[in-house]
Amino acid sequence: MARKLPSKDVVIIGLGWTGAILANELADAGLDVVAIERGPWRDTAESFNVGYAPDELRFAIRLDLFLRPAQETLTFRNNLNQTALPIRQFGSFLPGDGVGGAGVHWNGQNWRYHPTDFRLRSHLTERYGAAAIPDDLTIQDWGVTYDELEPFFDRFEKIAGISGKAGNLKGAIQPGGNPFEGPRSDEYPLPPMQMTYAPTLFAEAARSVGYHPFPTPSANASAAYTNPLGLSMAPCTYCGFCERFGCANYSKASPQVNVLPVLMRKSNFEARTDCEVLKINLDGSGKRATGVTYVDTSGEEWEQPGDLVICCAFSLFNVRMLLLSGIGKPYDPATNEGVVGRNYSYQTNSSVQMFFDNKTFNPFIASGALGQSADDFNGDNFDHTGLGFIGGAGMNCVPTNGRPIQTRPVPPGTPNWGSAWKKATKESYSSAFSMTSQGSSYTTRGNYIDLDPTYKDRFGRPLMRMTFDFPDNDIRMSSYVNDKLLTIAKAMNPRQIVANKTGRPYSVVPYSSTHNVGGAIMGADPKTSVLNKYLQSWDVPNVFVMGASAYPQNAGYNPTGTVGALAYWAAHAIRTQYLKNPGPLVQA
Amino acid sequence: MMRAVATAALAALSLAAPAKATDQQSFEQVQRGRYLTTMGDCVACHTAPGGKPFAGGLTIATPFGNLLSPNITPDAATGIGAFSDDQFVNAVQNGIGSRGQRLYPALPYPYYHKMNRTDVLAIRAYLNTLDPVSNAVEPNQLPFPFNIRMSLLFWNLINFDRTPLTDDPDQSPQWNRGRYIVEGPAHCGACHTPKTWLGGDDNSQALKGAVLQGWFAPDITPDARKGIGGWSEDELVAYLKTGVIARSSASGPMAEVVVNSTSKLADADLRAVAIYLKGLKPGTSQSSRPPSADDPHMLAGKAIYKDSCAACHREEGDGIANLFPRLKGSSLVQSDDPTTLIRMVLEGSRAAATDARPTGAAMPSFAWRFSDGQVADLVTYIRNGWGNSASSVSASAVKDVRGGNGPDPVKAGQVR
Repeated sequence: MARKLPSKDVVIIGLGWTGAILANELADAGLDVVAIERGPWRDTAESFNVGYAPDELRFAIRLDLFLRPAQETLTFRNNLNQTALPIRQFGSFLPGDGVGGAGVHWNGQNWRYHPTDFRLRSHLTERYGAAAIPDDLTIQDWGVTYDELEPFFDRFEKIAGISGKAGNLKGAIQPGGNPFEGPRSDEYPLPPMQMTYAPTLFAEAARSVGYHPFPTPSANASAAYTNPLGLSMAPCTYCGFCERFGCANYSKASPQVNVLPVLMRKSNFEARTDCEVLKINLDGSGKRATGVTYVDTSGEEWEQPGDLVICCAFSLFNVRMLLLSGIGKPYDPATNEGVVGRNYSYQTNSSVQMFFDNKTFNPFIASGALGQSADDFNGDNFDHTGLGFIGGAGMNCVPTNGRPIQTRPVPPGTPNWGSAWKKATKESYSSAFSMTSQGSSYTTRGNYIDLDPTYKDRFGRPLMRMTFDFPDNDIRMSSYVNDKLLTIAKAMNPRQIVANKTGRPYSVVPYSSTHNVGGAIMGADPKTSVLNKYLQSWDVPNVFVMGASAYPQNAGYNPTGTVGALAYWAAHAIRTQYLKNPGPLVQA
Repeated sequence: MMRAVATAALAALSLAAPAKATDQQSFEQVQRGRYLTTMGDCVACHTAPGGKPFAGGLTIATPFGNLLSPNITPDAATGIGAFSDDQFVNAVQNGIGSRGQRLYPALPYPYYHKMNRTDVLAIRAYLNTLDPVSNAVEPNQLPFPFNIRMSLLFWNLINFDRTPLTDDPDQSPQWNRGRYIVEGPAHCGACHTPKTWLGGDDNSQALKGAVLQGWFAPDITPDARKGIGGWSEDELVAYLKTGVIARSSASGPMAEVVVNSTSKLADADLRAVAIYLKGLKPGTSQSSRPPSADDPHMLAGKAIYKDSCAACHREEGDGIANLFPRLKGSSLVQSDDPTTLIRMVLEGSRAAATDARPTGAAMPSFAWRFSDGQVADLVTYIRNGWGNSASSVSASAVKDVRGGNGPDPVKAGQVR
């Protein structure tokens, strides 16, 4: 039996971005906070030593910072007619492990979702009529608006030291920024990064065909910066070891650089690492959480009681935690009832690769978010009348790295080894680059998460089962935006252009994106959402669930910026409303 | 916020008449004692790694052998609970233990002798409020003949200056306060003043830098190159308060001093310290013979620097404000003794983390990557690049710091 520990005011599950933010905000409110993290402790000094942090084999190939399937995996199938099988090696997406979570291994592209993304169904209905939304899509509004979140976007950007150029300051369009973005109350805290050649060329070409490129908002600091907590960042060295790596230079925003050193100084905060939460415990009514049960590395079980439980794990694992704990009704695609696991979505990506003669791009001078983007075909920034799809994609030229193992662009038809491959590698390494379209992913009745009926984890708990394939709408959307990328590519006049469009079935093998969202979504109606607009469980009001699991569907952006904003928004609601009067913040 | 309230309360009480100076239960007395205990950083020596604060047991290595710090919690049997006030004062200020035995000057009583009795008793009052911890410690672990305490009579005769500290009327109250702190409770010279062959302070070289326990505590007189001559008063105050300023980060033992002690002192006291240090007479700098820029060691050092150091400390040695210290013009870098600089390259370093500068940036160890000769070239370059000037460093000096048995750089994979 689990040994019972003294109660805490707040129990946080997972110590990544959202766990660190919530813990810091609630510790500041005077609460006694414990964060329980299943992975190891990690900090810049001990874990991301500059002497070995850029070890591509260890971190990018052998995935040292990531979750091992033996710890937890999931089963996968494309549709209801298949039998899901366990993923035994993560491929298409890579969940992180340990303190810092995905905030350690991300590239650092930091976006705000568009104002229309937050009220997607209402907006599209107003503009095109309800009939324009394909019947099979279950897209819906978030229950929170961009204007409500704006101060918290601003807060997260200042905590994380984001580099960029505002395109819309309080409604006034700014030259050099993204003219499509929602109105911002303030500039980015840092100016854009120094631009390299490939994105510069992309921007010129995009402009020449009538689009509106701007510097990609980056969590890789363009200059020395000290955030509102007093924590310092150093200017990025453009080493190009961002995604899959911890940053050794205090340059990429992460919980380690931007929050944790302040949080760890607080006597009313405790981090318990290498401890895995098994479930959130409920009282007899099922309407109140009493704490969590977790297991340490010796296999001993502990019960940690707490007044408030906040799920801050990676999005997929938040959903599984709710399913395992019996919080909220599980979604059933057959009856279309229930909410937990409903509206899982992803990201619909495509790319265009270009090979040039007589151009040198020095790809090793890079960072994970150093580039140019254009939002002309993102979200509903363009008229969808007659196009046969809804949604869109950001067009991005962000050459993140020139690392020796993974970055070996060669033209199609090149052998995979031997002298011809070597020759092609030598010719193309510095003279090729890619553009991507990062597209929205709209939800369907059949794409969802539940518990697997067959497979169990090492603790005997059912694995999570993912059922997913790209809807027709998203395939059409992605193809359309990919054609726009081809227009830009042709304007650059390369020797060869290679388009990589998204097709079906979705495969979990090649890497695509770790932007797994939804499954524990927020909304205005408890019949179609797990959480209210403050990320509070409708069913168990002393449970809050952070992260991208709250996204009702995904937009054409990297999710972290909005994750950060929602975390500060929820923390604010807890501090200013919930603590005064614990209970539901929105009446169902 | 709580700190602000406490400070305000202390300030308010300070205005009250100095009524019960010897009242052990007086809030004012205890708070004053707590502040002085922080100023003296008593906790640093009187706490074993992982042990209870002030319960003693830390090994203090001296050139003559090891000592263990005693338990100064108010436990009657193993701590100082049974001491009378006079016994406490006699120990702290005269180096005479409760049984009349001579104490070793690892307890820097020659400094505490400069304090006034009221302050010493305030420390006692504070220590009395701690939870008593039963922890018996035998401080004397020295080998013969140093274990014979009578030898200290001789030591005291030579090294113990019993002249009381009296205010210099020609100087400002701030200067006098600064001198009291530096020469009394803060005992700065214990690390920063070179020692004689007997282990006593060489007062002719006071605060001009000294090697202690494998670190070089730099010159803190206003020498323009290797001291604090180029530092403004504001920079000194900010350094002591936050541990991290653009020109320098506190690291090694000084990081502990900043974290445990100076960051918690009143700004007015830090200002007084700065005024006093800035008013000291600088020593005459040894004229070093810097190597020429085209010296092969300088060229090799520059190449290593560019490869392994410039990403953080920047090409021109400017560093990054609040994170990576400036090497150009650094007094520590240009110290006559390069021990600390060599040690930082070999072992890495972690800056002080304080409320004002919580990051605590780290520098990694390079011992596994560089041979003694490479470290020597690198350090020689840093000491003479960008207008810096200091003596060259030899591979054998690096070997001495490494201890001769450091990691084999060939086994470069052993990084965790």
